[in-house]
Amino acid sequence: MLRFASRRLLYSLPVLLVGSFLLFWAVRTVFDPLLKLRQVRDPGLIARETERLGLDQGIFIQYWRWLSGFLTGDWGVSSRTSGSVRPMIGSALTVTLELLVWGLIFATLAAVLIGVWSAVRQYSVSDQVMTGASYLGLALPAFWFGLVLIQVLAVWPQQALGWDKPLFFFVGLSSPTEDPSLVDTARHMVLPVLTLTVGLVAVWSRFVRTSMLDALTSDYVRTARAKGVPQRQVIIRHALRNAWGPLITVVAIDSALLIGGLLVTEQIFSIPGMGRLFLDSLLSGDVFVLLPWMIITGVAVIVLNLAADIAYGLLDPRVRVA
Amino acid sequence: MNEVQPQTSATIRTRSTFWRRFTRHRMAVLGAVILTLLAAACFGATLVAPYPRDQQDLLLGPVAPSAEHWLGTDELGRDYLTEILYAGQVSMLLAISVALIATSIGVLIGAVAGYRGGWIDDLFMRVTDLFLVVPAIALLALALQGLGHSPLAIIIVLSLIGWTYIARVVRGQVLSLREREFIDAARVIGATDRQVLVRHVLPNLGGVIAVNVALAVAGTIIIESTLSFLGFGIQPPESSWGNMLSQASGLIGTPKVYLLYFPGLFILVTVLAVNFVGDGLRDALDPRSTASSASSRGYS
Repeated sequence: MLRFASRRLLYSLPVLLVGSFLLFWAVRTVFDPLLKLRQVRDPGLIARETERLGLDQGIFIQYWRWLSGFLTGDWGVSSRTSGSVRPMIGSALTVTLELLVWGLIFATLAAVLIGVWSAVRQYSVSDQVMTGASYLGLALPAFWFGLVLIQVLAVWPQQALGWDKPLFFFVGLSSPTEDPSLVDTARHMVLPVLTLTVGLVAVWSRFVRTSMLDALTSDYVRTARAKGVPQRQVIIRHALRNAWGPLITVVAIDSALLIGGLLVTEQIFSIPGMGRLFLDSLLSGDVFVLLPWMIITGVAVIVLNLAADIAYGLLDPRVRVA
Repeated sequence: MNEVQPQTSATIRTRSTFWRRFTRHRMAVLGAVILTLLAAACFGATLVAPYPRDQQDLLLGPVAPSAEHWLGTDELGRDYLTEILYAGQVSMLLAISVALIATSIGVLIGAVAGYRGGWIDDLFMRVTDLFLVVPAIALLALALQGLGHSPLAIIIVLSLIGWTYIARVVRGQVLSLREREFIDAARVIGATDRQVLVRHVLPNLGGVIAVNVALAVAGTIIIESTLSFLGFGIQPPESSWGNMLSQASGLIGTPKVYLLYFPGLFILVTVLAVNFVGDGLRDALDPRSTASSASSRGYS
């Protein structure tokens, strides 16, 4: 297992290296790291900064300088805020991880519940309603869904019932004036999590439904039923256990999609996480934030994929990890 | 050099089977009808639209949907239905161009990689790995920030990033096709690689390609609107459904919130219809595959 994991990680290193170099090259071509200083009327300043940052050297040397700084923990200074990059990314990552973890838990649970329910009652009214809902979920622009959610679940009830606060908040992840409590966090979390996961739940629930249907018509389930195992146990112990594998693979494949969804969700709900950080940095051409951002998301996607493969092996003993 | 010509009777039979299978998929037929009507309304907007384009009525200002203005009017008193129909031209043209270009690139690269194998295939797999690691939306935003937001730039960037999915699918298909007897037969009678690919391999990919074009159209409409919302899409005064939506996104909690609903509904209905047509195409052209559109998308 350990050997498998380390080999996979080693194997992804070249992908990350080449990817980060291409990004470095693209970002350096598109943006001018000295843009801010160009307005200063001091011809010597530009020359000094060019010299200090090594901008007059070849692209490979520049990349090497940046990479060795990155690996030794010297991530440079943001040209947008003039703050150090590492704490900026650190705090954004903390916020985003909270949203991401709740999103993953909710999306997986919802997909399993919907998928199992639909499969067990195939072609029933509720199955057809959920099939319809998944088509809708897939055809929605997520940001529009989020905005409509705000209007329907937060603004309308507040206006109709005359509350001084909406039931679900739609700015940030906690109220600045109150002590952080579970209720407060939950009231902030509901709308962003729904926005982030609507498309994923639509897709994942279809996967669970399909693999549950496969499992429910298989011989070992028939055997279990013939032995007199109760329905609930057949579904949870026998069928669902086999349906987990494909779901986990899809979850891993979609992890890049999930991180992309953060851009939209955090923008709508003014959440100061990685998505917002990316957009703010991109709009101001903040090279020193964009590069570590891309590397960190890349590593996250690779690690998630690896974790999925390992989990698959643990859940399904037939898949031997070698 | 002998080319095996397809028999006419067989072609006719396939075509009628196609229609029979496609029309059996009721939602696909409904989707096709809705799409045709929508496209006709948008591209015939000069005839159909209730008001001339960009006709302002500043005294009227924004009004809610009514008998005169079915979908209401915007801040400048312009009829919103008229605006949506004209914006639909941009959204649809953009989506169709991207779908066709991205699919062509993907089919070409995927077919060559799968057929030739070796280092070309290895290079191809590594390149698509790169695309899997970075969120597509971030890559798109980065590229558009560099290239500007003209419709042409958007089409180019979306196509250059959207080809990987179909390329992987085509590669897989070609890998299994190239081991089949009729390919061997073609090679034995002296067909060149290009002839084998164009005459014998490509025709067998028709189903996959058609379905992918449909899915890519749907995916492009959604991703263009998302990019508009984030500020990287088509810019005013040019309008698309995406930037109408993003302009209306600040109206939550105000009486003008109805402006937010309609462009989104047009996107929703169009994408639903395209997805249904895609499902119908898949059932009709590739009966072995049973996956629904809910399990495969362009930009992942």
